[in-house]
Amino acid sequence: MSDLNAKPTLAPGYRFQWEPVQERHVLLYPEGMVQLNETAAAILTFCDGTRSILGVITDLENEYKAEGLREDVVGFLREAVDRGWVRYG
Amino acid sequence: MAKPPPPLWLLAEVTHSCPLQCPYCSNPLHLIPKKDELDTESWLRVLHESRQLGAAQLGFSGGEPLVRKDLEDLIGAARKLGYYSNLITSGVGMDGDRVARFRELGLDHIQVSFQADDAVLNDYLAGTHAFQHKLEMARAVKANGYPMVLCFVIHRQNSDRIAQMLDLAVELQADYVELATTQFEGWALLNRDHLLPTLEQVREAERVAHVYQEKLKGKMRIYYVVPDYYENRPKACVGGWGRVFLAVAPDGMALPCHAARDLPGLELHNVRDHSMEWIWNDSPAFNHFRGEGWMKEPCRSCDEREKDFGGCHCQAFKLTGDPTNADPACSKSPHHHIVEEAAMRARLPSQQVTVKPLMFRSRKNSVHL
Repeated sequence: MSDLNAKPTLAPGYRFQWEPVQERHVLLYPEGMVQLNETAAAILTFCDGTRSILGVITDLENEYKAEGLREDVVGFLREAVDRGWVRYG
Repeated sequence: MAKPPPPLWLLAEVTHSCPLQCPYCSNPLHLIPKKDELDTESWLRVLHESRQLGAAQLGFSGGEPLVRKDLEDLIGAARKLGYYSNLITSGVGMDGDRVARFRELGLDHIQVSFQADDAVLNDYLAGTHAFQHKLEMARAVKANGYPMVLCFVIHRQNSDRIAQMLDLAVELQADYVELATTQFEGWALLNRDHLLPTLEQVREAERVAHVYQEKLKGKMRIYYVVPDYYENRPKACVGGWGRVFLAVAPDGMALPCHAARDLPGLELHNVRDHSMEWIWNDSPAFNHFRGEGWMKEPCRSCDEREKDFGGCHCQAFKLTGDPTNADPACSKSPHHHIVEEAAMRARLPSQQVTVKPLMFRSRKNSVHL
């Protein structure tokens, strides 16, 4: 996906939530679970269908007072779409 | 002993009642009578305590879970507790309104099972007229905004129709299709000579599944797993004993594997008498096959023992008489010939094999066994 204005959102049937016992975020889907690392969880927090990819990058950079996250976000989203976790609304 | 990892999966087998009579059912032959089932309050406690332990995925299964009048209460509670809840159903006992109500209550996913792609074979295997209703229910699931997951249980009598099953899935706009190989436990093991597909069927099924996987990439996910009888290595049964999976039977017996009930020497406990925390962390049954202390050769020195944990103990017991033997699905097992012989028998023309008649799963047959 090269269009940075597209708005990523969780695919239908997926739920993103914090698991206190595992002390991490997970993605839940029919009979399955993805255990997420911190970077993936931080990105998915902003994939709520209201922000464009550019918006996700900007908000992440502000939130974590970081720069140059574009490649990380684009790379993660490419994989997340391939795996069926994320779609563009 | 170090504290075990948390359970991630709770399978709530809420009842053994079922309007269908599928001979490939993996339920035990001794079905739990309705009068011995846990009440609503006990199930609510099981859900609550298991969630606190860490279970995030919840399967409502059975039997047919729709038979339970309190299923709505359990679904509502599951959502509030933060479970991702899955209803594993034949669709019989549901109508469009009930599907919509489940959605409002927060059920995440409904998996509708089919016996076949056409009414005659489907209804023969189910032992009842269910096919048209299943089609309607699959459509209702989709219409209510659920991801649509179809499950076809595959065996010798329907394996040649996988292409037609996948065509039906396309027509119903399924998001996921599980071509679930029959697990030879319980009723399915009893009927194995009727159900085990041949090697040729398995290879053809695999080929067809791959063709559709390519064709439908990005639209529909298709899972097909080769039966362990044809795989030389066993499956990591339930993700490893006492590592991720916890089942509770209709009468409240807590099981490390849903077929574990018949294992000799396994001291099982009931959720009526113990907390889920004690059952998961401390009970003898859940610790029985944790770690590697129980292993014998060839498992003990096998470099794949952390991958498959020796396979399925229930299968090892049923086929070799000893649950600490390596799963005979493994080609390293000295008992592997048992599996090979069953596969050989599957290839013989039916008139050369003396088999007992196909035994449909029912309370009536259950009592007589």
